[in-house]
Amino acid sequence: MQFTETVMDHFENPRNVGALEDADAVAEVGSPECGDTTTLYLKIRENRIVDVRFRTLGCAAAIASSSMATELILGKSLEEAWALTNTDVVRALGGLPEQKVHCSVLAEGAIREAINDYRRRQGLEPWE
Amino acid sequence: MSSNTLRYFDHSATTPTHPDVLAAMLPYFTERFGNPSSHYGIAGDSRAAVRKARAQVAAAIGASPEEIFFTAGGTESDNWAIKGVALAHPEGRGHIITTAIEHHAVLHTVDWLENLGYTVTRLPVDCYGRVDPGDVEEAIKDDTILISVMTANNEVGTIQPIRRIGEIARRVGVAFHTDAVQAIGNIPIDVEQDRIDLLSLSAHKFYGPKGVGALYIRQGTVVDTLIHGGAQESGRRAGTENLPGIVGLGAAIERACRDIPAHNARILAMRDRLLRGILEQIPNVHLNGHSEERLAGNLNLSFDGVDGEALLTMLGMRGVCASTGSACSSGSESPSHVLTALGVPPSRARSSLRLSLGDLNDEEDIDTLLALLPDAVARLRRLSGTGA
Repeated sequence: MQFTETVMDHFENPRNVGALEDADAVAEVGSPECGDTTTLYLKIRENRIVDVRFRTLGCAAAIASSSMATELILGKSLEEAWALTNTDVVRALGGLPEQKVHCSVLAEGAIREAINDYRRRQGLEPWE
Repeated sequence: MSSNTLRYFDHSATTPTHPDVLAAMLPYFTERFGNPSSHYGIAGDSRAAVRKARAQVAAAIGASPEEIFFTAGGTESDNWAIKGVALAHPEGRGHIITTAIEHHAVLHTVDWLENLGYTVTRLPVDCYGRVDPGDVEEAIKDDTILISVMTANNEVGTIQPIRRIGEIARRVGVAFHTDAVQAIGNIPIDVEQDRIDLLSLSAHKFYGPKGVGALYIRQGTVVDTLIHGGAQESGRRAGTENLPGIVGLGAAIERACRDIPAHNARILAMRDRLLRGILEQIPNVHLNGHSEERLAGNLNLSFDGVDGEALLTMLGMRGVCASTGSACSSGSESPSHVLTALGVPPSRARSSLRLSLGDLNDEEDIDTLLALLPDAVARLRRLSGTGA
C-alpha cells in the first residue's frame, strides 16, 4: 500500500500518544467496518483544547489519522475542533489510498464524541 | 548487509523464478519460439519441449504424462477441476463437498455453482485447521459428485489428511480434487498413493514463472472442457501453449521435488529458531494452525493488542516482506475466513502475521527479524495502550 511521506512520518513518529490522567473529556470509538478503535483524551481550558492524547489500535492509516487529528485540534476552540472533518485530516496527510479513507472517519468521530463528553460533563446539551 | 536489504518472508504469496529455471525458459522466447501446433523444425522443438515438461510434472506427482494438462495457473486449474466435474453431470444437479478454509479459487467457484443449482457442503475444520475425514465420509450423499480438499492451507500452513480422504472418495466412487498449490515442493505427493483424481498446481509457488500451472486429471475421470477453441492439450484446453512458461514449470517442479526432505530440513531449522526467538522475546503471541502438521516454511502468529496490517507496514518500512490475512488488508474489511473457521476470535485474527520462509531466507534474515519484531510489536502495543 502506497502511503504519503506525511502518513509514514505520523505512523512512525506519532504525535500525542498516550492517555491524560486528568482529562476533561474522553471518547472511545470503534469502526464496525474493520474493528479499528481509538481513544481520545482532551484537556480543555476556557473552551480551548490545551492538551490532547490518543491511543489507536488500527492500521497505519488509522494511526496516522489519529496523530494528525490531534495536531490539528490542539489549541483550537471546541467549535473549531467540531468543524474538523475527516476530509481535513486526509488533506493534511497529503491524501490516503481510496480504501483507507474510511480510517480517517474514526478520528473525526473521536473528536466529536470527546467534545460531547465534555459538554455532558458540563451539564450542556451534546451537539449534533 | 545494509539495513535496506530485502528480507523476504512471503514465499506462500510467490517465489522468484530460479536462475536455472529462467535459463531453461529463455531460448523458448527467442530462437525456439515455434508454435507447437505448426509443422516445421522449430515447431518440433517446441512440441518436444512441451512433451518434456509434461513428463517432468507427471514424474513429480506420480502421474502419467497424458494426465497432465497445462493451464494459466492454480486458479484456472481449480476452476477447471470443479466446474469441469460439475458441468459433466446433468445441469444444475449434484452435490459437492469442500471445506471452509479453501482458497477463494475453490470457494468462489463452488459459490457460483451453488447459484446454478448444485448443492455444496462446506466442512468445518478443528482449531488447528484440520478436516476430519469422518466428516467427509458423513457428508457424502447419493448425488455427491466431487470432494475438493486442499493439500495444505495457504494462510496457516495446516496439512490435510488427504490420503485418508482420497481413500474414502475412492471407496464410494466420488471424484477427489485437491488444490496442491501450496504443497508442491514442500511435501511429497503421489496421486496413486494419495488416491487423487484431480490436482491443481501453480509454477510460481515453487520458483517457477507466474501465469502457468497444471491440472492433473486421472484417466477416466469425467471432466468437461472450459476453454474451447483449438485442439491443444488433447482438445481439452484450447489456446496456443505458453511455451516458455510450460518449460519453466517443468524445470521448476523437477527441481522443487528432487529432494524435499533436505529442502525442508533447512527451512524447518530456520523456522523453529524464529518461532522460539519470537516466543522468548514477545509476550502474548499465539501460533495459528497446527503445531506439527504444517508446511515447513509457514508461521502464522497473532500478537495481542497489535493490528496485523500496521505491523506489516512497520516491518515493510524496515525491509521485511510478510503478509497478513487480517481485517482491512488488501481492501478487504472482514477477518480471514481461514482464521475465522479455526475459531480464532476476530480480535486475534486481525492481529495476525504470516511469515512464510523459503529459498531466499538465510540465518541472517532470522537474526534481522528477531531484532526488529519485538520492537515493532512493543511500539504498536504502546500505541494501542495494551502495554508490552
